[in-house]
Amino acid sequence: MEWEVVIGLEVHAQLATRSKIFSGAATAYGAAPNTQACAIDIALPGVLPVLNREAVQYALRFGLAIGAKINPKSIFARKNYFYPDLPKGYQISQYELPIVAEGKLIIDTSQGEKTIRITRAHLEEDAGKSLHEDFHGKTGIDLNRAGTPLLEIVSEPDMRSAEEAVAYAKTLHTLVRYLEICDGNMQEGSFRCDANVSVRPKGQAEYGTRCEIKNLNSFRFLERAIEFETSRQIDLIESGNKIIQETRLYDSERDETRSMRSKEEANDYRYFPDPDLLPLVIDPSWIDKIHQSLPELPYAKRKRYVEKLGLTIYDASVLTTSKALANWFEATLNALEDQMKDPKLCANWIMGEVSGRLNRDSKDISECPIQPESLAQLLKRIKDGTISGNTAKEIFDTMWSGEEEPDAIIEKKGLKQISDNQALETIIEQILAGNDEQIAQYRAGKDRVLSFFVGQVMKATQGRANPAQVNEILRKKMAP
Amino acid sequence: MSLTSDDVYKIAHLARIEVNNSTDEAGKTEVSVWLDQLNSILGLIEQMQVTETENLDPMAHALDSVLRLREDEVTESDHLDAFQAIAPEVEAGLYLVPKVIE
Repeated sequence: MEWEVVIGLEVHAQLATRSKIFSGAATAYGAAPNTQACAIDIALPGVLPVLNREAVQYALRFGLAIGAKINPKSIFARKNYFYPDLPKGYQISQYELPIVAEGKLIIDTSQGEKTIRITRAHLEEDAGKSLHEDFHGKTGIDLNRAGTPLLEIVSEPDMRSAEEAVAYAKTLHTLVRYLEICDGNMQEGSFRCDANVSVRPKGQAEYGTRCEIKNLNSFRFLERAIEFETSRQIDLIESGNKIIQETRLYDSERDETRSMRSKEEANDYRYFPDPDLLPLVIDPSWIDKIHQSLPELPYAKRKRYVEKLGLTIYDASVLTTSKALANWFEATLNALEDQMKDPKLCANWIMGEVSGRLNRDSKDISECPIQPESLAQLLKRIKDGTISGNTAKEIFDTMWSGEEEPDAIIEKKGLKQISDNQALETIIEQILAGNDEQIAQYRAGKDRVLSFFVGQVMKATQGRANPAQVNEILRKKMAP
Repeated sequence: MSLTSDDVYKIAHLARIEVNNSTDEAGKTEVSVWLDQLNSILGLIEQMQVTETENLDPMAHALDSVLRLREDEVTESDHLDAFQAIAPEVEAGLYLVPKVIE
C-alpha cells in the first residue's frame, strides 16, 4: 500500500527581548544559575505579572509578516500542570484568543512553491530547566529561563514529507531573524521544533493517529526524526498494530524516537483565563505603525532578485537566507556604477569566494574581513578589463589576509592586465617568430594551435594579457 | 450537569489534593462533602445560564478594563542569596527538589 505522511509543526521561538515577558529580570543566555530569576519568576507569594510591550510588538511583527489576522483583544490563560521547573504550578499562555491567528508561509520545495497555513501564534512564558545530573539523588532547578518570552507558532497539518517540514522550519527560521524578533540560535534553544506526525493510506481523507515528537534542536534531527517516525508507524500498521497517540522523544545518538513516560493525565491542563492579567487590547494605530516598519521580507526579496536583478532562484535563495548576507550583496551591487552593475558577477563572488572563505574560517558575514565596497572595486577592475578573473582571485586572497584595497594591490604587484594593443602585438610577434611550423599547422586547419599560442602569451606576460585581445591579435596575425 | 465521586477523585488528583477516606461525625467522607459542595456550585451556574446573554461579549476578567504594558527594561537585580536562604535545599546556585523521573 502507498502511504502518505502528514506533518504539522509547533515552533517555539524565543523572543529577543532584554527582559522577561512578565518581569524585569534579564533574559541573557549563560548566566550563573538562578541569578536572573526574580521574585515573579520563582513565584513568591504576592507577586503580579506585568506584560512586556516589546514581546507584544514582536508577536505583532510576526503576525503581520505572515499576513495573519491580529486579534484586537487577546486573553492570557493559565495552563495548569505540576513540574518542578514551573514554580507557579501553571504556565501563563494563551488559549482561546491568541494574539495571532490564521496566517500563511510560502515555502520552496523540489516540487515548487507551497503554501503552509499557520493556525495561530501565541505568547507564553518559558519554564526553567531541570538538571538531572546527580545531586545526591535529587534534581537541580535553574529558573533563569523561567519567564523568558516565547512565541509558539502552530502550523496546520499541511506538510507531506520530511523535506517539506524542513523547508517550512527553515523558512520560519529565516523569517524570525529577518524580523529581528528571535536570534534563531538552535543550540541555545532559541528556536525549538516539535513535530506532529501521522500516516494514512494515500487518498484517504481522514488523518491517522498522530504522535508528537519533541527535542528536535536541528533541521537535520527534524528530518531524521520524521523519517524514522514515518517508517515506525507504517511498520506498526502493516503488521496489524494500532498507533497510540503519545509524545515521543527523538534520540539523535540512536537515530530513533521513543515513547516518553507519559505524564499522568498531562493533557488535562484545565486552562482558564488568568485573573492576574486583563485582556490585551491592540490599538489599530499600533498595528499600522508596525506594518510600516516591517523590512523587506525574504520571500519578496528573493522574488525581486529573480525578477529585477535576473538572478536564478537558487542564487536568490542562497543570498536571502539571512538579512546580513542580502545586505552585503546589495551593498556590493550598490557600490558599482550603473554601467558596471552585474548582479550575477556579484552573486557568484559572494556565494563562491566570500562564503567559501567565511566557511573555512568559521566566520559569519558580519565578521568578513573585506568590506562590500572593496569587493565592488575588485569586480569593477574585472569589468573594465584591468585584470582577468583569475588575477582577481589572487588579489582577493591578498585582500582577505590584509587590509589593502584592490587598486593598491594591482599597482604594487604589477598585476594590471596588458590591454595595450601595441604592447601585445609586440609580444605576440616575438612568440610567432620562432614557431613557423605551428603557424603552418594552424593555417592547415588545426585550431588547437591557437590555444598553444594563447598559453605562450600568458606565460610571457605572467597571465596579465587580456585573453580576448590576445585571441583576436593571434587570429589576425596567423591569418593565411 | 452534576459530578460523580470519580470526578472528584480525578480533580483532586490533578490539583494534588490529598483525599482522606475516613468519615466525620455525620458519617460523611471528604469526597462526599466536596461532591455536594461542587454540585451546588454547578447548580448555581445552571441557574445563571437562564440569563439572556445572546448579544453580550463574554468577559475574560471581572474588571472591564485593559492590560497595562511595561517597557522592555531590566529592572530586577540579583537576589539569589536572599531567595536561596529560604529554600529547603540548594547547591551550586540550584534549587534541589526530589528526583524527577523522566
